[in-house]
Amino acid sequence: MLGLDAIELARIQFAFTVSFHIIFPAFSIGLASYLAVLNGLHLWTGKDIYLRLFNYWKTIFAVAFGMGVVSGIVMSYQFGTNWSVFSDKAGPVIGPLMGYEVLSAFFLEAGFLGVMLFGREKVGARAHFFATLMVAIGTLGSAFWILSVNSWMQTPQGHGINEVGQFIPLDWWAIVFNPSFPYRLVHMVLAAYLTTALVVGAVGGLHLLRDRMDQGARVMFAMAMGMLIVVAPLQILAGDFHGLNTLEHQPAKIAAMEGHFESHPEGGAPLILFGLPNAATETVDYAVQIPYLSSLILTHDLTSPLPGLADFPVDERPPVAIVFWSFRIMVALGFAMLGLGIWALVARMRGNLYDRKWLHRAAIVMGPSGFVAVLAGWITTEVGRQPWTVYGLLSTNDSVAPVEAAAVASSLVAFILVYFMLFGAGTYYILRLMNKRLADRIPLTSIGPIRTAGITPAPAVDDKFIPVE
Amino acid sequence: MILDLAFIWAGLIAFAVLAYVILDGFDLGVGILFPFLRSTADKDLAMNTVAPVWDGNETWLVLGGGGLFAVFPLAYAVVMPALYVPIIVMLLALVFRGVAFEFRWRTQRGKFLWDISFAFGSIMAAFAQGIALGALVQGIAVEGRAYAGGNWDWLTPFSILTGVALVAGYALMGASWLVMKTDGPLRAAARRMAVWTGAVTIALVGLVSLITPFLNPLYLDRWFGFPNVLFSVFVPAAILAAMLVFIKGLRDNRDAWPFLATVALFVLSFIGLGISFYPYMVPPSLTIWDVAAPDESLWFLLAGALVLVPMILAYTGYAYWVFRGKVDPAGGYH
Repeated sequence: MLGLDAIELARIQFAFTVSFHIIFPAFSIGLASYLAVLNGLHLWTGKDIYLRLFNYWKTIFAVAFGMGVVSGIVMSYQFGTNWSVFSDKAGPVIGPLMGYEVLSAFFLEAGFLGVMLFGREKVGARAHFFATLMVAIGTLGSAFWILSVNSWMQTPQGHGINEVGQFIPLDWWAIVFNPSFPYRLVHMVLAAYLTTALVVGAVGGLHLLRDRMDQGARVMFAMAMGMLIVVAPLQILAGDFHGLNTLEHQPAKIAAMEGHFESHPEGGAPLILFGLPNAATETVDYAVQIPYLSSLILTHDLTSPLPGLADFPVDERPPVAIVFWSFRIMVALGFAMLGLGIWALVARMRGNLYDRKWLHRAAIVMGPSGFVAVLAGWITTEVGRQPWTVYGLLSTNDSVAPVEAAAVASSLVAFILVYFMLFGAGTYYILRLMNKRLADRIPLTSIGPIRTAGITPAPAVDDKFIPVE
Repeated sequence: MILDLAFIWAGLIAFAVLAYVILDGFDLGVGILFPFLRSTADKDLAMNTVAPVWDGNETWLVLGGGGLFAVFPLAYAVVMPALYVPIIVMLLALVFRGVAFEFRWRTQRGKFLWDISFAFGSIMAAFAQGIALGALVQGIAVEGRAYAGGNWDWLTPFSILTGVALVAGYALMGASWLVMKTDGPLRAAARRMAVWTGAVTIALVGLVSLITPFLNPLYLDRWFGFPNVLFSVFVPAAILAAMLVFIKGLRDNRDAWPFLATVALFVLSFIGLGISFYPYMVPPSLTIWDVAAPDESLWFLLAGALVLVPMILAYTGYAYWVFRGKVDPAGGYH
């Protein structure tokens, strides 16, 4: 296909399937926790609205989760079909970690999902809350093990290598809690929570624009914006720590992210805001830069040395332009999320959170930004890790399966067609579910638990009124 | 050797695969029978018998594959490229099928499309799994630590036969599951389907069993060498007994019996396969010890598995218990 060889095709296939897959966990990790919170709030306060919100988001979760499961099964087998040499060599180390994911997390989610979706009448409110909690814990457990695997591939330690070239586990504690793991895990879980908060906020904003007396929309919007203002700053902090960690363990990746071709042995590296990295001439064309700032951000010190790509052999440098740009997209979206959170906080303090149409519109626009940021972040870290599968030890070229290019090409085409067709339909159904009203209004006589400042009396008879189900 | 880790793990992986075959077998079977269900109401009901549990069932497939990767990485690295085409077909089919569980409730106009997707996906997934099994039984060419054959080595009359046999077997399991879980016209239709899928399955299983020993001298010796032949008689005899239970259950309206008998049939066939295979993981060249990961890997995962597998069985059992009995046509969360 297009003159590509088996390894390039395998890389494209992996990138495509994993990018598609990550969308769903990024959403379902956060949504599972949100469902557990809603279910718990209902149990605790007895308020009807939380159960109605739970049922609303439960259906959306079920559709997204189904797509996550099937695309995840594809991932679990792709290691063998396309990257069999990698599987043979790294299997003894990462295989058991993935085994633990299945045993401790995957079964938990899947086992309690049925009870969560179908079983409330059969098991009662408390057991139903427990099932929801188990699904949420399962999604987090999945994140724990998968990020442990990914982090070990980025910053491997605790292993030896045997006579047939396999990685041999020596110290499991060191393998699981490898140097980049805590940062990566926190960054990803926060990203999932942000992604969900942005989606919930967008749906709340949409329904507020249609009817700002919609109680469900108010609860959604208030909860989502509250989550945003707490998590967005934490995420920026976590990202900064993660960056320091990457500088320590994967300096070539940081150099590519920053667009630093030349090294700065005495510090003082400028922050290149924008520009066009040019790997051929080893310069960033049309660069807009702020002096000293890169050194300050990355080392928290103006004079610490900063390596550049020039310090690495050409064949050990990641593709600069992709990493440079994906990193900027992620950071820019992160700050936009913080901005939205601040805006909503100000509106809340002024008591007009539900009246600010432009805020609601902004929340809708920002709805998908979590997904884009997650994708950009993964592209940054995965492309930035090239040309290695196990950083510094096993190259991507040496990991690929002995499968003919024609087979990989046809399966790639099949995956692209099927994924766009089926997941396109799924996205359409999810959007349609989100478009559906929660169908109740705040009664004018008794104002609900939500902040109510700024409410103007609506006409007594309103043709938009939809009775409570 | 008392504590042979590779042996223990081979047993655990075999258990995971068997659990998968039985659990996803009946829900794939419901999908395979979908085109033969007449009314939309029957289809809705049939789907709702498996909707709360299919996800957990399919997780055993991930455990089978993931477990192989974890404890027998070389087998994983050899088998997956050898079975590239059937594995990819199975994965894509499972995608088609899995999304249908939610999608078909989200549309009226497009519902028939997701019915097709569910049925087609179930049939193709079952067929691909059967082909993969047949190809593995025939043997896989290995050189050094990698697969040494071509893209199409798996495609033989025998693997096609095992593919068809597995589709029939899953359909039988799906039919007897529906007999157990439903009432009224759907149960009546399922009983009829159980009869003819049962007949086809027994014929095909018999054919596969007759051919298998002649594929590999090792299998032949295992089954017909003395004194093994004395034990070999046990398997077909037990299968015959299971079939009698199956027929009696159908005739006497004991609705759980046919399903349990079908499960027994699958367990026995699986044991039969195990007898042929052992101690090979990838016949004809790699034994379970050749492909096992180092002891450090096996210990680490075993420690967790000993705690977690009983827990999984417990809460999986709980989930099945919650949804026990005949399914209420008015149920479901949609």
